[in-house]
Parts: sequence; structure tokens; C-alpha cells
Amino acid sequence: MTTAPQTTTPQTTAMKTAGRSRTAPGPRRVRLRGRIGRTLVYVSLVVASLVVVLPLAVVLLTSLKTSSEATDGGALSLPGNWLNFDNYATAFSDGQMLTAFGNTLFILLFSITGTVLIGSMTAYAIDRFHFRARKLVMALFLVATLVPGVTTQVATFQVVNSFGLFDTRWAPILLYMGTDIVSIYIFLQFIRGIPVSLDEAARLDGANSFTIYRKIIFPLLKPAVATVVIIKGITVYNDFYIPFLYMPSQELGTVSTALFRFKGPFGAHWENISAGAVLVIVPTLIAFLFLQRYIYNGFAQGATK
Amino acid sequence: MTETTEAVSVKTHRATPSRRGPSPTGDSPRVPGSRGRTLRRATPWLFLAAPLALLITFTYVPVGNMIYYSFTDWDGISPDRNFTGLDNYVQIFTRPELFRVFFVSVYYLAASAVQIVIALYFATVLSFDLRFRNLFKGLLFFPYLINGVAIGFVFLYFFQDGGTLDTVLSWFGQNPGHAWLGDPGSANTSLAGVSVWRYTGLNFVLFLGAIQSIPGELYEAAQLDGATRWQQFRHIIAPSIRPVLSLSVILAISGSLAVFEIPWIMTGGATGTSTFVIQTVKLAFQFNKTGLASAAAVVLLLIILLITWIQRRLVPDEKVDLV
Repeated sequence: MTTAPQTTTPQTTAMKTAGRSRTAPGPRRVRLRGRIGRTLVYVSLVVASLVVVLPLAVVLLTSLKTSSEATDGGALSLPGNWLNFDNYATAFSDGQMLTAFGNTLFILLFSITGTVLIGSMTAYAIDRFHFRARKLVMALFLVATLVPGVTTQVATFQVVNSFGLFDTRWAPILLYMGTDIVSIYIFLQFIRGIPVSLDEAARLDGANSFTIYRKIIFPLLKPAVATVVIIKGITVYNDFYIPFLYMPSQELGTVSTALFRFKGPFGAHWENISAGAVLVIVPTLIAFLFLQRYIYNGFAQGATK
Repeated sequence: MTETTEAVSVKTHRATPSRRGPSPTGDSPRVPGSRGRTLRRATPWLFLAAPLALLITFTYVPVGNMIYYSFTDWDGISPDRNFTGLDNYVQIFTRPELFRVFFVSVYYLAASAVQIVIALYFATVLSFDLRFRNLFKGLLFFPYLINGVAIGFVFLYFFQDGGTLDTVLSWFGQNPGHAWLGDPGSANTSLAGVSVWRYTGLNFVLFLGAIQSIPGELYEAAQLDGATRWQQFRHIIAPSIRPVLSLSVILAISGSLAVFEIPWIMTGGATGTSTFVIQTVKLAFQFNKTGLASAAAVVLLLIILLITWIQRRLVPDEKVDLV
């Protein structure tokens, strides 16, 4: 984010143009066109922001309404009492959100740790060793990126089932760890930037490969670890498909599947469903506000690899 | 991946001189003695054992099994499965109700195009200095981070009869009361609209990152030459973000074929909104037609591989070097 194009207000553009070129239109016309253009740009930005915010704001409003307010009033009517948190209490207890957050946290913890370890170890092995099957290993990982996870789910289900992992929290953990090729690429990219002379110096001091990985490479990978933790964290927190398929038990709900179950018992009680949705969105919002810069960078890096 | 000792010793001997030469990253210094050598040779495998085991178990074994299942009439549970040849594939392409799901993808493909154009516009606009730039950036990106189920509910409420959309439309004198998710045409359009709302932010951030890595002097030079914004976009921005753009296109196409979450949560695949993945999940896990579902998945996989291949041919990736 360091090389952002520098300030180019229409005024300076106009002045530059006016001072230098003979063929450009007169300064006043340029300035007027610039100002109209600028206004249109702001209008488009405001419209886009409204499109993003409106559906979310309505859900927030609905979550604060009483049951009768939600059914009788219009979608955009305001709640009578802005501090009516009854729906949140209902959603939290009846929707078993506490268990859901617990399960999600458990899965997050293990799958993120696993992904970081596995990704960095793979990258270390592939980048720092020149063994015969290296090309083959690379090819295996590369080809795997081409296989979208959703397509193989029918067969993956049988594999998970045969291990007796169906309907346990280990099924999603293993799946998240095993199919994460993006993180391997992020680590590879970073490891390439670490000078090999560091490894060699340590080796002369008598360190073995594992010590080098643990004491030199891994600590230097911190920025990559941050990226992977963020991307993985958001993906796992939001994933619906895998927990839905592999953990059907009520008490094994994650935030996604627990929220999905609101469809049944709460039926048309939109005030409760909305409260549940807000409960799930708020942690993401908080994380986003605190980690904004890293999140943007993480996604830009993660997706282009 | 086991190596016989003799073969290796011959190989190592022959490979020794060339080893130091071409490898820019360098090698681990050699440890003398055969024990040391064995250990050194085993080292990368110690690091790779777990990752490879996971990769093979959860990617390659399923792909292999899936291809095998696709030629059988297996129901996913019973021990006996009969080999039925190409029967499943014939069914997919001849039974119109199975084939129809491909047309639903067209809605999402159109949505992807819209999404890329919108993202490109806002990325260009916001890469220049504007007031509240970071606020707008955050607002546009945030939907991508929201939980899919929550988004599903937010928009179920949004599209309700007399819900948010109808209320907003009534301000503009439109007649509200349209059952947005009630008939196939508007249901698919509405769902595709949700996917635009959800994914534009990701494309936007990717484009923004690419645009911001363009050196600022280029714009200055262009401005001195009197280039307009459009000319700057056409000749500076567009060429430099081409790799990201082509990546977005490929993600959009494979994404459009693999839509699952939003329609599943919002309509459950009713009123003609069933997508390829929804149908596959239903075939496999509700109707116990594992064989047929596998064939469908193989078809989807082949289509996605074909598209990726075509894209690679058309737009060669400059940074494909992984080694």
C-alpha cells in the first residue's frame, strides 16, 4: 500500500494542462468537467455504500423489534425500544449459539495451527531441499489446486466415513488442513525471500534441518503466518458446506450450521433470525475493524497465488 | 515414493556436479558418511510426510474413487455395486431435468460479469485520492467477509413480500408485492444479485492491490502529456492488471458452476434455482445415488479443468514458476 498514485485533484490537472499544452481544452471547461466527474464518482460511491449497508441495517433494526413490531410494521420501520435485546437472548440460548461458538473456536484453533505447521513445513521442504521427487511433489500440489473441493465431496465423504470421523469435529479439521494449498503457496513465496546463507550459517554452527526450520525459518515467516491465519480464520469461520455435510448432530453445530437451523424452529420469527444473523456477523465486523490493513493484504496475496 | 538404494547411489554420483550449478537456492552442505547421507536424504520426507498424506487422502483418493463410482450404480451404503459403464453419463446428458442445472449457471455467469465490471470501476476510482477513501473501501469489501448463512437470511428478509426491496421500490412509485423468490426467472436473478453483493468486494480488493502496485510516476508522466482519466485507464491501468483480471475471470467461471451456499440456504433449490452442486448433494445424500452423483461431479470437474486449460492457453501466466 505504499505506492498509491499521488494526489491528482482536477484542479492541479487543469492547471498543469493549462500551463503546458496548446491542444487541450480551456482550463475552465476542464475544471467544470472535473468537478462534474468528481461529483458523479461520489454519487456512485454513496449509492454502492447504501446498497451494501441497507440490507444489513434492516436486519439490525429487525433484531431490536418485538415480535408484533416485526410482523406488523414495515421492514424499514424503527423499533420502539432501541435497547430491546430480548431477541438476542432468545437466539443465543434457544439457538444454542454458545455451543456453536465453542465448536467453531475448537475447529478454528486446530485447523489454523495445523494449516500453519503443514504449510510452512511443506514450503520449507520444497524450497530448501533438492531431492529427486521434488518436481513430482510440486506437481502433486499444483494439480490439486485445479480440483475444486466441492466437486469431490461425494467421494471425500466416503473417505471420511471410512475413518469413522463422520459427525466428529475432526472431520472438518482434517479437511481444512488437508486441502489448503493456498497457504502452501503463500509460505513458498515468503521462504524464497529468506536468504539461504542464513540456513548455511546455522548449519555450520551444527544446527540440523529441524532446528533451522524451528529457530530460523519459522520466526522469519511471521508476516506469512499472519496472512494465513487471517485468510484461514475467515474461511473456516464462514464455511457452511463442510460442517453441514460432516457434522449433522445438533450439539456439533458451528456458527454457520447453528444459524442455518434457525430456519426451522423460528419459522417466520424474523426478529429472532435477525438477532442470530447479527450475532454471527458482529465478530467478523470487530475482527475486520481491528485488522483491516492485514486483511486487505492477506486477500490480495492469498488470491493471486 | 520409495527410492531403491542402488538407484539412488548411482544417481547421486552422476548428479553431483550439476547439483551446485543450476540451483539458485543452493543446497544443504553435505554431511560426510553414509548414515549422514541417508538422514539427509530422508529429511525432506520427514517434513513432507504429513502434508502429502493429507493431500493424497483428501484430494487424490477421492478423485480416484469418484471416477470409479461414476461407472457404478452404487447407493453409497450397500456393499454391492454393479458396474454400469457409461450409463450414468448418458443419464446426465439425456435427462433434461438433470441437465437443466447448467442453465442456472448462466445467471451466475452474467452476475460475475457485472461483478467484475463494478469492481473494476470502484477499484480505479478509489485508487486515486478521494475523501473517505478508506471508509468506502471498507464498506465495499466487508460483504465478502460475512458468513454465508447470515447473508442468506439477510437477503431472504430483503426479498420478502413487502420487505426491504419492495419498500424501497415503492418510494420510486413502483408497485410492490412481487414474490421475488417465487418464480424461476426472478428467483435466479435475485440470487445472482446476492452473489454480486457478496463477491464484488473480493474482486475489488484484488484489482485495487494490482492498481496500487503501478508506479505513480506513470500517471504523472501521462498527465503531463495531457492524458484523460479514461486514457490513463485504457493504457496504464488495464494492461498492468491483466493477470489479476484473467484470474478473476477464471474464478468467476468456475465459481458460477459451483454455486451452492446462497441458493441452498435461501430457497433450498426450489423454483428452478437448483445449481449443479445442489443437485449433486441431493443425488448423493438424499436420494442415495452415489454413482450418478459421482458422474455429475466428474462432469463438473472436467468442465472446470477444461476452462482452466483454455484460460492458460489464452492468457499465459507469467508467474507460474512454482519451483
